[in-house]
Parts: sequence; C-alpha cells; structure tokens
Amino acid sequence: MSAPRLRSRWPVLVFLAPAVLIYTVFSAWPLLDTLRLGLYATDARGVVSFAGLDNFRTILVDAQWSAEFWNAMGNNLKFFGIHMLFQNTIALVLAALLSLNGLKGAGTYRTLIFMPTLLSVVIIGFTWQLILSPLWGVAERLLGVFGLAHLFAPWLGLEESALNTLSMMSVWQFVGIPMMLIYAALIAIPDEIIEAASAEGASAWRIFWEIRLPLILPTLGLVTILTFVANFNAFDLVYAVKGALAGPNYSTDLLGTLFYRTFFGYQSQVGSATMGAAVATVMFLVILCGVGAYTVLVQRRLQRHTF
Amino acid sequence: MRKSSAHPAVSRGFVHLVLSGYTLLALAPLLLVVMNSFKARAAIFDDPLAWPTADTFALIGYTKVLAKSQVLGFFANSAIVTGVSLVLILLLGAMAAWALTEYRFPGDRLLSLFLGFGIMVPIRLGSVSILEIIVALDLVNTRTALVLVYVAQGLPLAVMILSEFIRQVPGELKDAARCDGVSEYRIFFQVILPLIRPAVATVAVFTMVPIWNDLWFPLILAPSEATQTITLGVQQFIGQYATDWNAVLAALSLAVLPVLVLHALFSRQLIRGITAGAVK
Amino acid sequence: MTLSRKTLLAALIAATTATVAPHASAGTLTIESWRIDDKALWEETLLPAFTKANPGITVKFTPSAPPEYNSALNARLTAGTAGDLITCRPFDVSLDLYTKGRLTKLNSQPGLENFPDSAKVAWQTDDGKDTYCMPMASVIHGFFYNKKVFADLGLKPPTTEAEFFAVLDKVKAGGKITPLALGTADQWETNQIVFTSLGANYWKGEDGRKALIAGKKKFTDADVTAVWETMAKWAPYLSKGYQAQTYGDSQNLFGAGKAAIYPAGSWDISYFQQNGLKDFGAFPPPVRKAGDGCYISDHTDIGMGINAASKNKADAEKFLTWLASKAFADLYTNKVTGFFSLSKHAITVQDPVAQEMVGWRNKCKSTIRLNAQIMSRGQPSMENELWTVSSQVMNGKMTPKDAGARIQAGFAKWHKPAAQ
Repeated sequence: MSAPRLRSRWPVLVFLAPAVLIYTVFSAWPLLDTLRLGLYATDARGVVSFAGLDNFRTILVDAQWSAEFWNAMGNNLKFFGIHMLFQNTIALVLAALLSLNGLKGAGTYRTLIFMPTLLSVVIIGFTWQLILSPLWGVAERLLGVFGLAHLFAPWLGLEESALNTLSMMSVWQFVGIPMMLIYAALIAIPDEIIEAASAEGASAWRIFWEIRLPLILPTLGLVTILTFVANFNAFDLVYAVKGALAGPNYSTDLLGTLFYRTFFGYQSQVGSATMGAAVATVMFLVILCGVGAYTVLVQRRLQRHTF
Repeated sequence: MRKSSAHPAVSRGFVHLVLSGYTLLALAPLLLVVMNSFKARAAIFDDPLAWPTADTFALIGYTKVLAKSQVLGFFANSAIVTGVSLVLILLLGAMAAWALTEYRFPGDRLLSLFLGFGIMVPIRLGSVSILEIIVALDLVNTRTALVLVYVAQGLPLAVMILSEFIRQVPGELKDAARCDGVSEYRIFFQVILPLIRPAVATVAVFTMVPIWNDLWFPLILAPSEATQTITLGVQQFIGQYATDWNAVLAALSLAVLPVLVLHALFSRQLIRGITAGAVK
Repeated sequence: MTLSRKTLLAALIAATTATVAPHASAGTLTIESWRIDDKALWEETLLPAFTKANPGITVKFTPSAPPEYNSALNARLTAGTAGDLITCRPFDVSLDLYTKGRLTKLNSQPGLENFPDSAKVAWQTDDGKDTYCMPMASVIHGFFYNKKVFADLGLKPPTTEAEFFAVLDKVKAGGKITPLALGTADQWETNQIVFTSLGANYWKGEDGRKALIAGKKKFTDADVTAVWETMAKWAPYLSKGYQAQTYGDSQNLFGAGKAAIYPAGSWDISYFQQNGLKDFGAFPPPVRKAGDGCYISDHTDIGMGINAASKNKADAEKFLTWLASKAFADLYTNKVTGFFSLSKHAITVQDPVAQEMVGWRNKCKSTIRLNAQIMSRGQPSMENELWTVSSQVMNGKMTPKDAGARIQAGFAKWHKPAAQ
C-alpha cells in the first residue's frame, strides 16, 4: 500500500509531538543520561571520571563480576524459556477456547482469568509463599489429597527449584496479557472464513491449526517479543519474594536484580551508579540483540493479513 | 448475527471444564488473601485454608487500615494518577502509533526505534535524572509529576501494540475517506479509533496495572502524605522487622478492589467494541 | 522547555495539579528513617516530648519502606528533596553519604560528649577525626526461649554449647515443639543474628574482629570456621523445609508457642509482647567450654545526622542535642523496647526481657557485628557474601572450610592486609 499524499505535514506533527515530547523529556533523556554513566568510573570519594569501556571489561572478564553476570544471564534465559513454554502456550489455549463462537460466560471467564495480572507483587509474593510454605502446609496438604504429599519440598528455598518456582509464579501472574492480545487477534478473524472452512467439513482442530493459527502469527510474534523484553527486565517479583540478593545462592538472580544491587547498593554494599549504568547498558544490548534478531529473522517473513 | 450452526462443534463440556479449572487456579490465591484478611493473626498461620469462623473472625485489620491512615485519600490519589495517565497514554499513544504506521516521513523508522528504546531498558535506571527534572520544574510531591513519568513510560508499549492493530485496518476505508476530502484528524478520530477499540481496551487494562501497583516513583517523587498512592500507603504496615499481617492483608484486599472494578468496566467496553465491529 | 510549552503542559493536566511544594521554613523539620515500626511511637510519644522542650519547632517523622530506604534516600539526596534529619545506618553506608557531602560535620555538636568512643566509631571517618551522625541506639543479640516449654520439659537456659545441644535434643525428643525457630530463606538472620552473635565467643569479640581487619587473623583459621561447623549442626533442630522459612515465619512460629528457642535480636521483644507471647526469657550465646569468658554482639545500629542541604540546620542541631539528652535516652530505651540508648546516661530499663539483655553488658564483653566496619566495603561486599555462605552452610550445601576460604579470598581481593 502506498503512503497517502498529504496536503500538508501538519497532521504528522500534531499526532506525534505530544507523545514524543513527554517521552523524550521524562523517559528517553533520563535513560540516556544515566546510560552514559556506564562510561565513567566512581572512586571512593565519589569523584566521577571517564573510564571508557573499563566497566564493561570488568563485567565480562573479572572473575567475580563475570561469574555473577553470566549466572544472571543463564537464569534469565531459563526464566524466558519457562515463560515461552508455559505462559504463552496456556495463553494460546485459553484465548482459543474463549474465542469460540457463542461461548456462554466468555466475558466472565476472561475477566476472572485476567485477575492475577491486576495484583501487586506484594500480594502475589505473600500468597504464594503462604501456599508453598513448609510450615503452614497448604501445598503439602493439597498434594496429600492426591496422595502425592511425599513430592513436597521447600521449593522456594532450594537452589535447584527456586528459579523454576518463581518463574511459574510469574507465569501465573502474567498469563492474562498474552491471552488478551491473542484473543483480540482471534476475534478479528472474520466469521466467513471460519464458516466456509466448517462448511467444507473441516474439524475444529484443523481449523485452528491451519486457519486461525497462521492468521494470528504476527500477534504471536508480538507476544514473543513482549515476553522477551519483559523477562529480561524482570525484577519486581524476585525482589518482593527474595530481596535484591536473589538467593538461595544467587540461583534466582536475574539481570534486573543484578542491576538493582549494583546501581542502588544493597545492605552494606554501597551503590555504584557508574557500574550500575554499565550493567544496564549490557541489559539493553542483550534485549536489543534479541529484538533485532527477531525482526530480521522472523518479522520479515510474517505476512500480515488485513480483512 | 453469528450463526452458531455454521461453526465447528467443540465439546462445550470440555471447554467449560478447562476454562473453569484455570479460573479456579487464577482466583484461589486471591481468595486466600481476602479470606485471611478477615481472620485474627494467630488464626491466619494456624490454618490458612480455614474459613473465618466465629472464633477467628476479626475485622481488626480493616479497622486499623481504615481508621489509622487516610486510606480514602490514598485511593483517590491512585485513582487520579492512574486514570489521567491512562487517558493520556491511550490518546497520545494511539495518535503516535497512527502517525508512525500511516505516514512515511524522513526518520520514521528511527523514531519507531527511539520509542521502542523505552521498553528495553530497566525502568528505574533513569530515576535520579527524572527526579532532577521534576525538581527543576518544581513538581515534587505533586500528582502531575507521577502522571508525566507514567505517561512517558507507558507510551512505548502502547505505541508498539496499537501500531500492530492499526496496521490491520483495511486500506479501503482510509482511501475512501480521503477521497471524500475528510481531514486526517477526522479520519483518525472517527474512523481509526473506533476500529481499534478492542486493542485500546486491551492496552488500557494492562497499562493501568503497573501504574496502580507502582511503589518506586511515588516513593521518590511524591512521598508526601497528601499525594501518597495506595500502594505506598500499604507500605506503612510493613516494618523493618515487624509486619502487621492483619493490616497488610486488609490493605491489600482493599487496594485490589478498584482495579478489579476498573477491569470489569473495561472488559464491558471491550465486549461492546467487539460486537460493534463484528456487525458489518 | 520553553515557558509556553510548560504552560501548555500545565494546562493539559490542570485537573490533577495539586501542588504541595515543601518549602522548609524555620520551625519545621522532617526526619527520614527506615523505622516504620516506630512511626506511632515517634508521633505519639517522642516528638511531643521534643516539642514540649523546644516549643516552636514542628517535627515530622516520615519513614520509607525499609528495603528501599537506602536507594530512595540516595535518590532524594541527589535531587535535593530529602528531609532535614537523616537516620543513619552504621558504618560504610553513612560514611559514603558523608564522603559525598550529603551529611554535615558534627564535630562541635553539643551532646556528642555524652557518648563513649565505642558508640561514635560507627559514625566517624576511618581516622576518627570527623563525626557525621549522632549515635542513638544499639541492639543486642542472643536467644529467646519459651518459658512454658522449658518448664514442661524441666529445662534451664543453657550456658555452654554442650548444654545448648542437650536442650535441643530434649525438645526434639519431645516431638511436638520445634527446637529452634530459624529459616534460611531470607538469609540475613544467619549472619546478623547467628554467625556474628555466636561467633563472638569464638573469635573473642573485639580482639578477633580487629585482628581480622589487620590481617593477623584469617577466616580460614580454625576458630572462625568452627562457628560454621556449629551452625551446620543446627540443621536437624530446625523445622522441616526450613530452607523456605522466612523471618516472618520464624516470628510466627515462636510467637505461636510452637518453638522452644528463637535466635533473636533485642528488637523483637516488643513484637512478641504485642503479639501474644508473654512468657519468654532471654539467654546470651552459649560459650564453647564451661568457664570461658562470654562475648555478646552489641551492635551500634541507629544514629541521626543532618542533611547538608537542609534549610533549617539551626533547628536540626537543636534536635540532635535533644537526642543526646537523658530524657530522650530514657524515653527511647523504654518505649522502643529492644533498642538501647548508646549514651553514657544511667537509664533504668523497665521491660524485664530488655533488662535481662542489657544486663549482659556487665558480665560479657561487648562487640559489634563482625563485618560491620570496613570489611563490607569492597567488592565482593562481605555482608552479602556472609549471608550467602552462612545460609548455604546451614542448608548443607557448603562445607565450613569452603565457607572460610571463600570469605577470606573475597576479602583479600581488595583489602591489602588480608592478602598477606
């Protein structure tokens, strides 16, 4: 589709200016200003001096820093993997079911299923810690109903399982968002296409796989990218449940918590704005690479269908 | 109207089973919090799964929260900040998304990337610079400061998602309107906006949540009693060593209510938007 | 931003404008703090007492969420919106604020003479020349025990480690009560309440601490790793699944009478009293062998300084002078139970458990938390490292020898005396 020929440039400016202005002043400029600090170093007296790429070298090469950094990276990748596997699959299934024609109570289901997303991390952290607590025994009792009580373990406190448990808590929290996005895309598919296929004898399953799913691929792409960005910036839930130290033994440490600890300090550890900015820059680059890779490899090949 | 007879049959029983099963999973933890907010502290940890009985029922959490703090004021602040931010994010975001997807001009790709930049960086990074700007504008301890910051943060994501949906609007509608000599502004407000209402409602619902639940920016930009939001207000019950569980649970239960109401309202808008769009 | 743009924005969002610009005027003071726990006490008891003694000055106590205090305060100090009086964390965190010019020098502040050097050192530069916060209070660490459980089982508070484990064994054999209420999920208790408290008896308090800083002692020495060995032996006496037990869980467990012993900081006295557990006592960390001298972790915890950018320094200084007075020492110690005034004034502590704990100062030698001074300054921060290794030792994931080696290696990385 060719771009419209406008009689004047004014509409573009009017539409763009307010958003770009507020964004630049209150978001972009502060972020860039602080990222710039990544090129500086602070000494004990608080004097900031230009240090080039020293901070980045430290993060990637220094034994102690790089161990923490790569640990956080690895954890973040696991975190993302669990979200792709569980969050987006469940969201797809729920959205597909909810968009079925004439489903009674779809609105109610949708509203209720979306509720966890509305809760603050304080509630989510509190309630899941209560459920999973070995002392107050809710999860253990529930497992016992199915005869599986012996499977219970203090998952949030064990190195092997803490990250997976927190990831699943996060999946539980955020399923609503991809569900709503996929749902909005599914209901945009005109009925005629579905009816035509159904009239030709296609089963619901085939219709889903061969018609509905391909048509919503751009939205699935959007969901993937949003999940990626959100996961690599994730911080709140881990912070609320485990604190900035992200125990046990840094097994729940994500790039977000590493950044927070470095930039703002933690307990006796004094914060370093310059190192923190360097960590943030690396986070940004990681996300940029992910988004870039997606755009180049996937986005270009997706067909966008308009009706 | 849709003719359900022309659609493929899926066992409704199966569908309802899956959906209600997941709904239970989604709701149970919240119900646990609300239920326990009505119990005496000892009873909460004695038996978290038990309903409040005559013995354990206690409104102490609620009385403390409602009596001690200016809770209604906090709610009002949260409502105003969230509401105004939301309106601005949606309006300005839709406008920007429209401009970026519809018109070609030098630097449009760059501008999209520039806006996308805001999603990709940890939000708290710019805190100190933001605070300095707010101080320079003499907006400390005002709700305006919060609104401006939240709008700035919500725009990138809103623009990205709305762009996606605007791209799906049929070109014929726009061309037809232009042939009729309709101004670009009217095209946007009268043709485009109504068509992307489902997306707008969706973005609204999950943009308002991080704003409502945010603790950090109220803490550094507007911590005064007059401008505290409810999330910040709840913090006063969580001490360094001593947490007043009754009050915390009660406060959190109360804090969730307005969000649920708003969400329910927006959901209805979403339904109306969908059914309106379906009638062709 | 041009003026017209500013007006336009203001007009756009006019409905939400509620400008409350805090103009500091003579006669008002704002206190920054993390002690949300004390808000009611400050507003109802302490501040009225100050205003009575100093009419014409209004003071507001505005605490921030404890985990966010350091970071939020830093942000506000940088931007100039912080309050006049800053509650100071001990040692490096406040030293950092002072070095960056955020706190005023208090060398000539009247009232400082009421504090012993051991109290002031937490808020002085390394060379001891400049003081930047007025000391307020310390906390003492030990163990609480449920008197009823002990009475039922015929137990006495233990004084030696052998007795301590004997008590734990007896409670465990009884079956229904958890011997020790401690979890490792939050990690900080294993360092701040257990390692640095129990360990004082091992490295002989201040002597050991100073030797470690000077490099004359190492964390790999037998007497230091022995602390972790003892801690590892505690695991069987903790609740099932203690790895996921938080501080709040431990409080609830002991407060509900379901545990016999609770490793405690004195701050928890008022918590348990307000939440229903009336009958509990305290005993100091057990000594290794009968007849050993005892040491307690008596930690300088809280002080107050003046924001260098405050517009009301005169009144702030009056407030600090009042903080050094006997009246305040008495009020604070007796109202904020568990926090003991650091001043030289002789105060009668009214609460029996608090009285018991402060009485330990007479029979045991006091020391601060081991790694509080200097040791947590570099990278890796020893505080974070101690949290991690102590929790891992108690979880059975790290041997005491490895724990000592890791701490020593981390310390030697940036601290020259330790590298020798």
